[in-house]
Amino acid sequence: MVESPEHIAEVWKVLFTVEDPEIPVISVVDLGIIRDVRDEEGKFVVDITPTYSGCPATKVIEESVIDALNEAGIEPFEVRTVLSPPWSTAMLSEEGRRKLKEYGIAPPADESTDKMALMGEERQITCPNCGSKDTQMVSQFGSTPCKAHFKCKDCFEPFDYFKCL
Amino acid sequence: MAAANPLYDFVTHLGDNALILGHRLGEWCGHGPVLEQDIAMTNIALDLIGQARMYLDYAGKLSGENRSEDDMAYKRDVMDFKNALITELRNGDFADSIARQFFFDQWNFLLLQAMTESSDETLKAIAQKSIKEVTYHKRWSSEWVTRLGDGTDESKEKIQRAIEDVWMYTGELFMSQPADADLIAAGVIPDVTGLKAAWDEAVKAVISEATLTLPEDEFMQDGGRTGFHTEHLGYILAEMQFLPRAYPDATW
Repeated sequence: MVESPEHIAEVWKVLFTVEDPEIPVISVVDLGIIRDVRDEEGKFVVDITPTYSGCPATKVIEESVIDALNEAGIEPFEVRTVLSPPWSTAMLSEEGRRKLKEYGIAPPADESTDKMALMGEERQITCPNCGSKDTQMVSQFGSTPCKAHFKCKDCFEPFDYFKCL
Repeated sequence: MAAANPLYDFVTHLGDNALILGHRLGEWCGHGPVLEQDIAMTNIALDLIGQARMYLDYAGKLSGENRSEDDMAYKRDVMDFKNALITELRNGDFADSIARQFFFDQWNFLLLQAMTESSDETLKAIAQKSIKEVTYHKRWSSEWVTRLGDGTDESKEKIQRAIEDVWMYTGELFMSQPADADLIAAGVIPDVTGLKAAWDEAVKAVISEATLTLPEDEFMQDGGRTGFHTEHLGYILAEMQFLPRAYPDATW
């Protein structure tokens, strides 16, 4: 097969259909896990990067990516795991953030709020259910490595916050 | 491993620290004092096991024997493990685990911070990735030292005793091996002896806020990096390595 920019775009299109196993509304591309797609001497190389080092979804995502590419008849290809630059919540696309919120997960706050949070300052997280800003962190560690556990003091619903990394 | 291989030794040391402490925290699964803290400890365990995989994968390549991360974790015996003794100490009660975690996290953070400048691309990438996670760990364990110390009479007594019990295992974290010298000079690995002052300062700040006291400097136990472990490590390996030893090459 002769690669061209159109072929690379075709690979991206396939990757857009691969969903995160833990958050099935968001594509692995929107999540920022797919770092690069390129042509290396007639072979498609797809670079993926883990979110958290121990995230059990990483392996599942890699397998889903391989399955999707096989199914789309894309060949030959290789999926490589890269660590650098490390994944950060800044790699989440706008579309990804919007879908997270719709799904009921508060998207990560912007970077300045993030830095404050790491210094122990309170951060203002909006409840994805009712939009209230009167929320409280229950625990920095939530249902998956990438999420913290919050509750809303207005609608009283607990919710996940996709924490900054 | 016949010939001396200082980089293999150091990377294995970091991998074993993460693997063994991660395993210890995993033992808390289902036993945490409250659900949120049970989840916190297992989340931290997961991060550490993930970090251990990166280190041990690299160490396996450095071994010159083409070992996999699983070979490194499951096919070595006690004397071949190089983790610091503090990581293998028993969980004890919640305060014991918090004291152990607090001292380790403060060290791990400083080590990773220095290692983000490593001239070794792999170590640099692992450090850049891990420090983000360890920043959360350090914050969590520091908050708990403060909360327990400045909490009730009982919680204060327990965390104070735990700090005194773990203290003798903190010195080892700042002892380098003679073989490290060339790697330090080449900017490959950080000089752990140089982390002590910043660690002291960070630890004292939290201890003081927690209204606790640190023991006076005294005898420090070492041995982990050279394979001389406490009796606890054998029990960890017996549990952790049982399946791959009983059913070699088993797959799901």
